[in-house]
Amino acid sequence: MLYDVIIIGSGPSGLTAAIYTTRASLKTLVLAGSKWGGQLMLTSVIENFPGFPEGIEGPELMANMRKQAEKHGAEIIDTDFVSGDFIKQPFVLKTGEKEYQAKSVIIATGADARWLGVKGEEERIGKGVSCCATCDAMFFRAKNVIIVGGGDSAMEEALVLAKVAASVTIVHRRGEFKASSIMLKRAKENPKISFLLNSQIEEILGDYRVQSVKVKNNVTGEEREMPIDGVFVAIGHIPNTTVFKGIETDKEGYIAVKEHYQTNIPGVFVSGDVHDKRYRQAITAAGYGSSAALEVEKWLADHE
Amino acid sequence: MADVAFTDANFDQEVLKAAMPVMVDFWAPWCQPCKMVGPTIEALAVDYAGKVKVGKMNVDENAQIPGQFGIMGIPTVILFQNGQPVKSFVGVQAKETYKVAIEEVLK
Repeated sequence: MLYDVIIIGSGPSGLTAAIYTTRASLKTLVLAGSKWGGQLMLTSVIENFPGFPEGIEGPELMANMRKQAEKHGAEIIDTDFVSGDFIKQPFVLKTGEKEYQAKSVIIATGADARWLGVKGEEERIGKGVSCCATCDAMFFRAKNVIIVGGGDSAMEEALVLAKVAASVTIVHRRGEFKASSIMLKRAKENPKISFLLNSQIEEILGDYRVQSVKVKNNVTGEEREMPIDGVFVAIGHIPNTTVFKGIETDKEGYIAVKEHYQTNIPGVFVSGDVHDKRYRQAITAAGYGSSAALEVEKWLADHE
Repeated sequence: MADVAFTDANFDQEVLKAAMPVMVDFWAPWCQPCKMVGPTIEALAVDYAGKVKVGKMNVDENAQIPGQFGIMGIPTVILFQNGQPVKSFVGVQAKETYKVAIEEVLK
């Protein structure tokens, strides 16, 4: 089956692109992935997506976008993209079971949570190490937890944890914060939340659980062990680009963009967090999706 | 077969003493990633009807069993065979990942 465009990814970027390409009568396939919907599926209320004055639940917003894309004729399958041949036309994209052909491609695979990458972390994910406070806060009722990070999501997670935990310590490697002043103010005003600045976790220790961490002060170089029951990680994201062979990325792994959302391969476009390390908003991702879709439409018209 | 609702009360009978392998999805209604795993679990229950018992346990309503198995993060999916946990998965996984583990115990 030959598609005019295959969109890889189904967050706000991929689904917005699909709404645009289908409305432009392009035969569209979305490889939505086994975790369809992207990062917004993991959030609760989104308060800054225009058009929803009372806010909207992330998963509800994504279900709506999906419905809208399907209504206009997008074919959406919940399987993971595994590999692609982008060397010759038509491009061949493989999932675990099948192969699909496309005249053009939009990469919209987004980004996933970044872990600390320290000793003792990986084997304790789900045993006291977490990247989702809303999911796991209840397991830390009256316990002492750390949240690592200095951005808005770290503050938000700290506030969620503070509702149930005995204490929340925000560990941040720098002395200043990326978080917005409103979020920082909320965290600072919460009596259960304290801050450990210029510090980073070197190792997570315990039997099978988390019982303590080794913390290093980045100014003095001094290391100490701190007893703790849980470690929540909110240090940003890594772009999902390792599956794309032959597509150029920058040093941090984000897809390198030429003009008008093109990659180094003519006919392969990019949109959303997989190339955007600066804004990373639901609304900007959606905006990139529409732009990339319009570029695809133009590119196909120029090359038919 | 539809997916089964496991509870603290029926866990011993339905899971630990079950004749066939059992896959348990520990979840809660307020956990967004759990909502992504849910449909996969429901599909597996259908795919493996008669061979593997597949179901969910709401950790909000059942605290004892999750505590016993040291669960401190959800979604966690544990595959049991002969009353023993043989494989556990934390976080959202592809359907294929669960299938590989199931096929392994069915060998």
